[in-house]
Amino acid sequence: MTIAATPPKPEDLKSILDKHRGTRGDLIATLEDVQERYGYLPQDALRFVAEHTGRSLADVYGVATFYRYFRLDPRGRHLISACLGTACHVRGGSAIVAEIERQLGVQAGGTTPDGEFTFETVNCLGACALGPVVVIDGHYFSKVTKSQVRQLLDRAREGFNKVDVARDKRVFPVELSCPHCNHSLMDRTFDIDGYPSIKMTVSFAHTHGWLRLSCLYGSFNVLSEYDIPMDTVLNFFCPHCHAELMRTSDCPMCGAPMVPMIVRGGGMIQVCARRGCKCHRLDLV
Amino acid sequence: MIDLTMNGLAVSVEDGSTLLEAAQFLGFPIPTLCHMEGLSPYGACRLCVVEIGEGPKSRLVTSCTYPAQEGLKVRTASARVLSARRMVIELHLASCPQSKVIQDLASALGVRQQRFKQEHEDCILCGRCVRMCKEQMAAGAIGFRARGERRSIGTPFDVKSDVCRLCGGCIYVCPACQLRCTYTEPEKAICGGCANLRPPCAGEEKFGQMMCYMDPCVACEIKKD
Ligand code: SF4
Ligand code: SF4
Ligand code: SF4
Ligand code: FES
Ligand code: FES
Repeated sequence: MTIAATPPKPEDLKSILDKHRGTRGDLIATLEDVQERYGYLPQDALRFVAEHTGRSLADVYGVATFYRYFRLDPRGRHLISACLGTACHVRGGSAIVAEIERQLGVQAGGTTPDGEFTFETVNCLGACALGPVVVIDGHYFSKVTKSQVRQLLDRAREGFNKVDVARDKRVFPVELSCPHCNHSLMDRTFDIDGYPSIKMTVSFAHTHGWLRLSCLYGSFNVLSEYDIPMDTVLNFFCPHCHAELMRTSDCPMCGAPMVPMIVRGGGMIQVCARRGCKCHRLDLV
Repeated sequence: MIDLTMNGLAVSVEDGSTLLEAAQFLGFPIPTLCHMEGLSPYGACRLCVVEIGEGPKSRLVTSCTYPAQEGLKVRTASARVLSARRMVIELHLASCPQSKVIQDLASALGVRQQRFKQEHEDCILCGRCVRMCKEQMAAGAIGFRARGERRSIGTPFDVKSDVCRLCGGCIYVCPACQLRCTYTEPEKAICGGCANLRPPCAGEEKFGQMMCYMDPCVACEIKKD
């Protein structure tokens, strides 16, 4: 989770609100999406939600502060949760908490001034036999000892998600071409993840610009000429023959069109046209 | 009409009334704290408990929220009810020992001692102010925040509300008497009338016709001159 660099945009919030309008429990679902988008609930966003759902700000604020899940302050790039449930406590969880607090220089519930770490304690993660348990960015660490803390923090700083392309078998580069003109879509002048990027033209809401995808299967890094709001469904075009890449099927996750591209060496890949949806399908022949 | 038995008396009350309303209609006294006429029932203080049902199946319910039911047997002052009320008010007294309203209720219920640690809170979280502000003043400026131990009443983000119309209604209805006056922290103040000495309503036409609970009020005195 990253700290939102941009202030909440009304268009983004509007699309989140429209998605949930009139459904039951819409306020909580809306706040969940806002938090998903920004990593926390910015004050302006809460005001916007209150104004546009006809609720008083006091009500919205009441809900936002009631649930532990919601946070009103931006959270650090890495989230550390240390378990202080009964079992972990008995196995020395509080010493781990103290050590993490000492190393980070923040109390539980706080965020380091450099925005790197947010540290919180939780009550039981359901892995009691493995205690003390620490979770960093979704990765579980069991039987944590005080001396391991430093190393864990260092690894977290580097990022557990950093894929080692050379060694990770799940990640491999693919070369794609247009299903209409068969022209290669690879852009060798522009690298993403250290490999040539896949260049396409996209359009949405009267905006037309380039979009570059990582060619690593399993990496979702993208760059685009314009800021594309989350959840926008894009139209894809070949930058060479300008033909639109037409829908071949519906995304099984979100229902948006899946657009096809030819994989060099035989096969087809389909990717979901919705910004933020990570659904894709690779059929090799 | 619904027929039920209250303290052995057969009575019929209008559809949709609560047990509290039925009891009040018949003249059986039930002490209340969070209940207030004109505000929606909330059931937070638990002071208005009554016993319903008979024998081992009888149970305590809050009369301000419990709807009258056909054939229900209600006791408003059984030994069990009275001891429950005494416990409840003793707990309230421990959290707000300085509140006159709570002191009076405790005394009327025969509580003569305090077994619990005095907390000197300024709020019992009865929600009267919140409902007053929302339902009668149509402002919704204040609300509950957080939960559990940290639950509190106030404005969102603890900053001066821009929808509060400074009517004083929240202070007027508060049984703990003190919370809403926040002048010690002027930046959070809902009212702040004293702190800036500029009457909040003066020169604001929209407040002209508004009901106001501030009485006596500095602002009114200034305006009169
Ligand atoms: S003074 Fe403000 S917060 Fe209090 S009831 Fe009136 S409008 Fe609501
Ligand atoms: S401030 Fe007063 S009226 Fe409001 S919840 Fe607390 S005790 Fe009740
Ligand atoms: S005028 Fe001042 S002292 Fe009186 S209620 Fe308002 S803030 Fe409190
Ligand atoms: S007590 Fe820590 S996982 Fe259960
Ligand atoms: S008056 Fe019924 S619970 Fe408070």
